[in-house]
Amino acid sequence: MSEHVLRDRAAIVGIGQTAFGKGLADTELSLACQAISAALDDAGIAPSEVDGLASFTMEPNREVDVARNVGMGDITFFSQVGYGGGAGCGVVLHAAMALATGQCRVAVAWRARKRAAKSSRPWAQVPRRLSDHGQWSRPWGLLRPVDEVAMLARRYMHEYGVTRDHLANVALAFRKHANRNPAATMYEKKLTREQYMEARWISEPLCLFDNCLETDGALAVVMVPAERARDHPHPPVYVHTGAQGLPPQHQTMTNYFNDDPLKGPSWAAARQLWRDAEFGPEDVQVAQIYDAFSPLIPLSLEGYGFCARGEGGAFTENGALEWPDGRLPTNTSGGGMSEAYVHGFNLVLEGVRQIRGTSTSQVEGARTCLVTSGEGVPTSALLLRGE
Amino acid sequence: MSGFLLPDLESEDAAEFWAGCARGELLVQHCAHCDAPRFPPRPMCPRCRSISSIWKPVSGRGTIWSFVVAHPPLLPAYAELAPYNVIVVALDEDPTLRMVGNLLARPHGPINEVDPATIRIGEPVRVVFQQVEDVSLPSWVRA
Repeated sequence: MSEHVLRDRAAIVGIGQTAFGKGLADTELSLACQAISAALDDAGIAPSEVDGLASFTMEPNREVDVARNVGMGDITFFSQVGYGGGAGCGVVLHAAMALATGQCRVAVAWRARKRAAKSSRPWAQVPRRLSDHGQWSRPWGLLRPVDEVAMLARRYMHEYGVTRDHLANVALAFRKHANRNPAATMYEKKLTREQYMEARWISEPLCLFDNCLETDGALAVVMVPAERARDHPHPPVYVHTGAQGLPPQHQTMTNYFNDDPLKGPSWAAARQLWRDAEFGPEDVQVAQIYDAFSPLIPLSLEGYGFCARGEGGAFTENGALEWPDGRLPTNTSGGGMSEAYVHGFNLVLEGVRQIRGTSTSQVEGARTCLVTSGEGVPTSALLLRGE
Repeated sequence: MSGFLLPDLESEDAAEFWAGCARGELLVQHCAHCDAPRFPPRPMCPRCRSISSIWKPVSGRGTIWSFVVAHPPLLPAYAELAPYNVIVVALDEDPTLRMVGNLLARPHGPINEVDPATIRIGEPVRVVFQQVEDVSLPSWVRA
């Protein structure tokens, strides 16, 4: 076996997605099957060829149901990745590992969700007596993911001089990209800095526009080994490297209990991601960074090595995240904050479109794209590369 | 029933902590073998892997490490009190031991009484205990 078992050994050759919206009529299972079906058609691959499946532990649709509906054959590999928004890139990574090691030959990775339903929001359905980690935060009213991240954000702003203007840079850049993407929920809705600054608070220091959307929708990718990656209608998008990350003494979301809470899971994932890569952060042409909340962007930029510790806020200045002229055009479809929030899986598909050259905010000649999953929870990341 | 989210006082790893609160004592779990403190409580010491632990009272003094001010949408019992503060306190004994709580204007006061604009990271605070149903929650007032 070569030293680099995974690097460039698997490629994404098909992508598919449903419409995004609130209160979509179809069930989550129907949405999942529609997205997977579209991705298989995009790849020119018959459902009977699929023998690998990967998704989130929080995915509501089981492998058996997806396989029976779409008409798949013998499935010889199936895997789920945990930690919600931290999972998306890990799902693709698991599929790539299974393809690279011969455990399957055609893999499908997907996420379907009707997030707009209140029943899908974990914080709104916690049991009244808490015996898990929630007992150390929820009794005092730290209830929602936004509260948990706002606590870290306040400390981050205090320690490093990050400002609301920096967070607005994030929200405005992604909205501009969504305004160019007809599939985005916020395609027709502009956002100004004044609107951001006057928006209602959700959990100070975070306002409405520091939060992601609530979205119904589904997305899927189809992956094959590198050997057959060129046999499909679209240019292959290789998983150059991938990694998961869970640092010492980490507690998911309420990560207040270790030596350095602001040095999150991105740092752990980044070490492995770059160790096997043939290029570094300075060579990344476009990025899709998990954005359930705006502060995750500067924190992730630090973790993945685009700037030094504490410089993530300053990095966002001068339109650095904006297409086409920014230093690192980021979330070019609008991301979770302005395209759709489907646990970050839409970021994977936008990464593929950038390498294919088909984004609505296309970075000219993009051959390298970083995609990340959630900072603040056990996470994962991918480096995608074109030929 | 108050509608607040409260701990299960019988949960194995945490029962001693909550029992201490009920007596007006803030306890921190320590390794019985190497004496390393740890919070939240758990079965094994991550420093020496001992599964023996003891509980020691701490001074109940600390500083505000960070804070938020929560606004709706929230669960109904909390929404009634919004906007209210939630703070993280770093304990004086070891600033990497941190606890979530509320900053109260006075012992037994409501969680929305302190003007959020006056809260500062680094402010010294001391613990008080707030009774909600059968639970005594560690809360904080300015020291």
